[in-house]
Amino acid sequence: MPEPMLSLAGLVKRFGGLTATDGVSLEVRPGEIHALIGPNGAGKTTLIHQICGALAPDAGSVRFLGRDVTHLTMHERVASGLVRSFQVTNLFKRFSVLDNVALAVQAAAGSSMRFWTPVVRDRSLFDQARSVLARIGLADKAGVAAAALAHGEQRQLEVGVALATRPKLLLLDEPLAGMGLEESERIVHLISDLAGACTILLVEHDMQAVFRLAHRISVLVSGRVIASGAPDEVRQDAQVRRAYLGDELAEGRAA
Amino acid sequence: MPGVALPALALLIALPLVIQAIGQPFYTVLASRILIFALAASSLNLLIGFGGMVSFGHAAFFGTGAYTVAILMFHGVDSAWIAWPAAVIVSALAATAIGAISLHTRGVYFIMITLAFAQMIYYVFVSLKMYGGDDGLSLPGRSALGLGLDLKSDMVFYYVVLALVAMTMVLLGRLVNARFGRVLQGIRENESRAAAVGVPVYRYQLVCFAIGGAMAGLAGALAVNQSGLASPNLLYWTQSGMLMIMVILGGVGFLYGGVLGATVLLLLEEVLSDYTIHWQLGEGVVLLAIVLYAPNGLLSIIRRKAPADA
Amino acid sequence: MDWILLTEQTLNGLQFGLMLFLLAAGLTLVFGIMDMINLAHGSLYMVGAYLAATLAVTTGSFVIALLGAAAGTAIFGALLEVSLLRTLYQKDHLTQVLATFALILIINEGTRMIWGPQALMLNIPDALSGPVELFAGLNYPAYRLLIIAVGVAVALGLYLLVTRTRVGMLVRAGASNREMALAMGVNVKRLFTAVFAVGAALSAVAGALLGPLLAVQVGMGESILILAFVVIVIGGIGSIRGALVGSLLVGFVDTVGRTLLPMGLRTVLPPAVASNLGPALASILIYVLMASVLFWRPQGLFPARG
Repeated sequence: MPEPMLSLAGLVKRFGGLTATDGVSLEVRPGEIHALIGPNGAGKTTLIHQICGALAPDAGSVRFLGRDVTHLTMHERVASGLVRSFQVTNLFKRFSVLDNVALAVQAAAGSSMRFWTPVVRDRSLFDQARSVLARIGLADKAGVAAAALAHGEQRQLEVGVALATRPKLLLLDEPLAGMGLEESERIVHLISDLAGACTILLVEHDMQAVFRLAHRISVLVSGRVIASGAPDEVRQDAQVRRAYLGDELAEGRAA
Repeated sequence: MPGVALPALALLIALPLVIQAIGQPFYTVLASRILIFALAASSLNLLIGFGGMVSFGHAAFFGTGAYTVAILMFHGVDSAWIAWPAAVIVSALAATAIGAISLHTRGVYFIMITLAFAQMIYYVFVSLKMYGGDDGLSLPGRSALGLGLDLKSDMVFYYVVLALVAMTMVLLGRLVNARFGRVLQGIRENESRAAAVGVPVYRYQLVCFAIGGAMAGLAGALAVNQSGLASPNLLYWTQSGMLMIMVILGGVGFLYGGVLGATVLLLLEEVLSDYTIHWQLGEGVVLLAIVLYAPNGLLSIIRRKAPADA
Repeated sequence: MDWILLTEQTLNGLQFGLMLFLLAAGLTLVFGIMDMINLAHGSLYMVGAYLAATLAVTTGSFVIALLGAAAGTAIFGALLEVSLLRTLYQKDHLTQVLATFALILIINEGTRMIWGPQALMLNIPDALSGPVELFAGLNYPAYRLLIIAVGVAVALGLYLLVTRTRVGMLVRAGASNREMALAMGVNVKRLFTAVFAVGAALSAVAGALLGPLLAVQVGMGESILILAFVVIVIGGIGSIRGALVGSLLVGFVDTVGRTLLPMGLRTVLPPAVASNLGPALASILIYVLMASVLFWRPQGLFPARG
């Protein structure tokens, strides 16, 4: 069994009297699309923050590519290839679509303590940015300000910015949030296209998408992982059904 | 704005000659003063406009630069080649120290903590009776530049100031368009996203803060040469406020925002004070008008676009 | 230990602190509820002092001068708020800095135009010009006792107003959660104007009371304003209780520091250095306190915001 790309062991996070993360252990294997699902209030956001470095856990560890990254800063984790996207679109609003991605490319391309050469002359940086735009389907919007994009396009860019950092593990936080049918399709295609290039930890509510995309699923309820495995296993799991009221899983089966 | 920069520079080079021709040497002194504050305001614009760091204590670095030159001269070191770089370095160090602590805060707390540090340094200089205390330290003369240039001549001084300010603005222009400037603007635009794509935000902000402090230190060195007096008032919070006004007036985040703001404000003061002793009233009214009609500064009206598009 | 000196300095600290509180209370509410940086707050203090000085001379009554200054400045403040400051609430802090800085210039110059550039005389009322014997050996100026009394009375009054009245509750709600207060249908405009006017009146009282002790001159606002900002940062933006604690703290450190520090320093440093370093150190200490709060507990000692 190859070393998991990401492994969480016994993560605990408390906020005053509330235990948001209650001993979470999870493994994400290289190359897979691993979905993390759970009802509202399960603690998904808190968990994401601990994985990417925005929050320090009270106990437990986060290992990435064989290294203990629990106490590394966010930018150190990004440097080693662990990158997140945001559930609520978090772009450089006044920058153009191209500049949004270019900044991410630049951030991943070594030090920016360069004070003399204009960035616009760096052809390779912008070529890389353009190829990311092509990948996410926004090549024709390169010059548009991010704020001027439609919601669906912004969600595409949201993924694109994270992608531009050439992640080994991409942590997608509800990429389908607020999307209509057509827009959702586009993102689902995008994610399945990405599957070869990088490992994906997909946090989602949209069960159709989850069951279409995921190789394995983990279910988070009240700060704990109550089930983890292949989609069919998880679907049959009694605890999961109890936690999830059955409806959403039934939908998933019909998909 | 490359189209305007070169003609403007040509104008500035020709200016003292024109002034001399019309026989009003005072204006060369005024022009030097404007250039010096253009530099100081531009250094603050780097922080506010490009780095997104609203520092209300920038006068501390301006004053520190001035005092470095004055104190060195007090102890017999009057060479500009030692004193001016020293002013830059001391201010940069002060900025690094203050920034290192202040940059752990954000928003209005950052504004306040930079204010606090500037006031601390103000009182340090007030307490140094050996260096004049409240009254300040006057310079026996201007820094010695050598090279056959006597800074005592206002015209020579003007050209030296122009050269230094122009060079610094060129460097600033390169900086904001280089990788460093891009990252800074990204941090200013969306700090959490910048962090999420791997930018070590604190590090870049601190370097920016230090560079801004260094530039202000240079401006201070030139200012004390120009006026002949290093006074604690150079560091008082109202001086920081004045620098901020210049940046806001010219246009936060535009490369020449500080330059335009300083020019307009100081020229306005000059023109108004010729008309009336109550020129501050007019100045206040004009500033209020700017708030109401050009809240993003004059350059936002002139260029009709947001700085991020630059 | 010179107990008399210590008591005297402590009372001076209390007196200065209470006056700072009058200034800080208004400032913290404006900053806390309206989220507005008002650099012109010190100008209201100055206007109050000037009005008091003029009224004292024309009416000969210190009481009328005090009340008149408070009322006049309250009206002035309300007018300012309704005409100009109201438009600034939605704007960003930089714009507020620019606008209120411009206001300082206008008000300063306007004051010079009306009253002339020299400092004004504001005299301690004759009845209070003598000392009061507090206990054996300590004679304390009656006037300063009055200031303390007024300060305590106002603090008490404010406390009652804020905690016991409906208006006060609205104000506290606004300070702790502006959006919620708005959503609950508070008549925001009138409330803000009222808060501003009260803050102006308090500043005027401070200006009028301190006038005889400090100078009544243009620029007096700027030096005390910065201390008011220190106070509200330490106390917690939006908190009146914080403003009180912060003011007393700053008042004590500033006053007591200025006298005690040189004494302490004189034991290790030559007297000339000690007497210069002392006051400056007291001031530096205040800003060190401010920076420390901002670094370790930025929301202040008594955070108003939930």
